[in-house]
Amino acid sequence: MELFGIFIAAAVINNFVLIQFLGICPFVGVSGKLSSAVSMGMAVTFVMTMASMVTFLIQHYILIPAGIGFLQTVAFILVIASLVQFVEMVIKKVSTGLYRALGIFLPLITTNCAIMGLCLFAVMKDYSFIQTLIFAIGAGAGFTLALVLMAGIREELELADVPETLQGAGITMIVAGILALGFMGFAGMKF
Amino acid sequence: MAKKQVSIGNEFVKGLWDQNPVLRALLGLCPVLAVTTSAVNGLGMGLATTFVLVCASLIISLARKLIPAQVRIASFIVVIATFVTIVDLTMKAKFPALSKSLGAFIPLIVVNCLILGRQEAFASKNNPFRSLVDALGMGAGFAATLTVLGGIRELLGNRTVFGVQILPDVWEPWIVMILPAGAFLTLGLMLGAANLISRRRERIAVRMARAAALNERTV
Repeated sequence: MELFGIFIAAAVINNFVLIQFLGICPFVGVSGKLSSAVSMGMAVTFVMTMASMVTFLIQHYILIPAGIGFLQTVAFILVIASLVQFVEMVIKKVSTGLYRALGIFLPLITTNCAIMGLCLFAVMKDYSFIQTLIFAIGAGAGFTLALVLMAGIREELELADVPETLQGAGITMIVAGILALGFMGFAGMKF
Repeated sequence: MAKKQVSIGNEFVKGLWDQNPVLRALLGLCPVLAVTTSAVNGLGMGLATTFVLVCASLIISLARKLIPAQVRIASFIVVIATFVTIVDLTMKAKFPALSKSLGAFIPLIVVNCLILGRQEAFASKNNPFRSLVDALGMGAGFAATLTVLGGIRELLGNRTVFGVQILPDVWEPWIVMILPAGAFLTLGLMLGAANLISRRRERIAVRMARAAALNERTV
């Protein structure tokens, strides 16, 4: 039940994109088409899960025992960057279908603050290994949900008569604002 | 640089408006939205980011000939992460309250695409002095935008700016402005306003050019 609570909290109550503002760049950049939104969401969830596990091990078995906690930022970002590269190479080798689906989005993920944010939050909240894992999956699901919702709305928006000055990023932000209002409705939920 | 040189002044000014990292290039939006619940937070985040950007640009433009092209992104990230750690620890020691309200977003400066973007697009190709000026301009534009956004949200949501009450007590605070939704809505409208202004300036520039051409013909 507690794990389920962590999942729901990460996915909707503290939605990474709409409530915590992490990963806004892909949210604005890749939410133009529904199909690419789904691929991006999958790629991010995948990397999040991997990165959270690896950074958990690094934090608890290298940084803390060695007393070099101040290297956290440097260590985490290097691990994430090399992990993304590694994942990209493995997927390319193992499954061309998946590589084609995720391919171009993978390099973009390195500087996606949602990944780094997730790893930092998991450490700050002092989660155990299993909790970290569930937290990562929940956050990925929430990211995908927000991205897919936004892409669906933006596909409809193409037919709408948006004022000229607000076209593009402006209207995207305002739509995101309205979505965030909706997600505030989850705020009272407790598990 | 083989291309014709842009004057140093322009290198600074372009960051303020024409290539404003937030309003024109849409870079580094996560901290922009997340920490601007008040003008102080906005300014604090803006200055922290500017510090990292300026230091990193300086170091990287000094070392630009030493860094092999294949590993440049990783090298940039290490340099940036070092300065972010410095900022993080300094703020924890000197401004604990501000550091607490900015929370995880201080270590997250490391993944701010504005900083990496400037290293890739500018500092790795230009001499240290120009890179310094460019970084200062971009940082100033970033900090100014954050402060304005934070100021608007604080004014409408809390009646204050920088903690000083501006609107009378009669004003019912718009709580939504302090909440996440307010950040998206305000930034959306700011982007619209920036579009409107730059379009008007373009139109004026075209008209001026036409008038100048006419003058030349009559003279």
